[in-house]
Amino acid sequence: MKTARLLPMVAAQTRAEFLKLWRLPAFSVTSIALPAVFYLFIGLQQGQYSSVNIHTYILASLAAYAAVNVSLFSFGISVAVERGERMDALMRATPLRPIAYLIGKVATAIGFAFVALVALYVVAYILGKVLLPIDQYVNLTARLLIGMVPFIAMGFAVGYLFGPRAALPVINLVYLPMAFASGIFFPVRVLPDFIQKIAPYLPMYHYGRLAWNAVGVSEENLLQSVLWLAGYLVLFTALTIWAAQREEQRRFS
Amino acid sequence: MPGSTASSQASIRSADGRPFAELVDAHKSYGDVQALKGVSLAVNAGELVAMLGPNGAGKTTAISLMTGLRKPTSGSARLFGLAPTDIRARSRMGVMLQESGVPLSLRVREIVDLFRTYYPRPLPTERVLEIASISDLGGKLISQLSGGQKQRVYFALAVCGDPDMLFLDEPTVGLDVASRRAFWEQVRALVGGGKGIVLTTHYLEEADALATRVVVVDHGVKVAEGSPAAIKDRVPGKKVSFTTAGPLQDADFRDLAIQNLSIRDSTVELLTNEPEAVLKALFERGTQIRDLEVVGAGLEEAVLSLTEGRG
Repeated sequence: MKTARLLPMVAAQTRAEFLKLWRLPAFSVTSIALPAVFYLFIGLQQGQYSSVNIHTYILASLAAYAAVNVSLFSFGISVAVERGERMDALMRATPLRPIAYLIGKVATAIGFAFVALVALYVVAYILGKVLLPIDQYVNLTARLLIGMVPFIAMGFAVGYLFGPRAALPVINLVYLPMAFASGIFFPVRVLPDFIQKIAPYLPMYHYGRLAWNAVGVSEENLLQSVLWLAGYLVLFTALTIWAAQREEQRRFS
Repeated sequence: MPGSTASSQASIRSADGRPFAELVDAHKSYGDVQALKGVSLAVNAGELVAMLGPNGAGKTTAISLMTGLRKPTSGSARLFGLAPTDIRARSRMGVMLQESGVPLSLRVREIVDLFRTYYPRPLPTERVLEIASISDLGGKLISQLSGGQKQRVYFALAVCGDPDMLFLDEPTVGLDVASRRAFWEQVRALVGGGKGIVLTTHYLEEADALATRVVVVDHGVKVAEGSPAAIKDRVPGKKVSFTTAGPLQDADFRDLAIQNLSIRDSTVELLTNEPEAVLKALFERGTQIRDLEVVGAGLEEAVLSLTEGRG
């Protein structure tokens, strides 16, 4: 018996996922415009941080913020909404391959993050006259797009663990404090003592270090940050699998 | 494999000659609730099996088992001789579920084109839109559609892969009369072309019009199975209704060859094979009868009579 070819399925799934999110202004506008608006608020200060201009430092911070924003919101919300609307039941009854579904979602998140990053770079250039060397743009973008995978897993876990109504508040509740405590809005060294102690355990702090380093801030032991992110990827993937199996038990067994 | 080259011929069988879809002594419990208590059912090419029964009888559960959305607690469910979750089996199956969602921010044509990529030999998009009577809605966002239009989109998604086996759970809910007739035409054509179909419906007229076989389910068991005509034959042939001057009691009908007696205030309804004898007896007892009607019982009466009073 024949089955459909995987590649066209993946392509169509990715396209549909992208269109779905693009047409959801609550998602597309906030994920693309919000980082740029934040840049207006905090990115235009004068001064230096370590060896780099504050404009540049904050650009890297907000680029990390933008990518995590897309990861958590695109996955958390869309997975939760699909479960809420029982869209997943219909898709489960089709021969759609789970891997095509997964690739479609991950590729969409990465594509969206890319758009958000480019938008942020453009805004930073127009408003703050920040123009990085081309290799820094490439390096920053590549690190952020690859490094966002643990956050995609985190969004997936939230989407599976919480219902459509709870997912958004949960993500907001977790995300803003995490971004703040990771030194995204203000450098960690100016934050309260107890937060400075917490920061090295947060995934976003390590993600931030990859970003800051890409634009010229010297960060020691970068490999350690990569390992932290890999650890978080394993953790959130395990959590997602557990939550998905729980769902399977409840609704599909 | 042999036989699968032409998808529109009634001669197609699954690999080992087994039915397209089957349940064998399927039980299903949700916690303490027993939704199915041993149901067996086989659906072959060119057959439309209508599953009828009251709410909660187990119809949707039976479909969930045959489509692999749920697993039987005991017994088995097979699709083309395979596990229903097998991707090869699912590639030949289409399904319309109750209360399932589709992405509201996609256009009709976009979602149809997406679902087409899930299947090895999809129908052309235009053909799919035509079958579901939504050719004029292709460019609309799902969120702009009415309930009946959405229902037709679900039908489009069920048939877009040109499946050999279709499961339609309450497919015409929310459709107006004209759309329902158009839907029937398409379903008849699909059955005529050799598809196997399982249909649940609350519109018994629909089952009567479409089914080659009716399965009546109640409280998780199959209580009757046969052609619509055979099912109708299982119940007394005439429905008698009348009103009376004063209120009657069940006792007033003792010893009469009747079924499904219903007395509501002064209105009486009953089923019987011998309307003349029953009426004669009632007249002899001095019962005052007005507004007398005697009509042939339909599938609706048949199903009611088969499922009423069971516990």
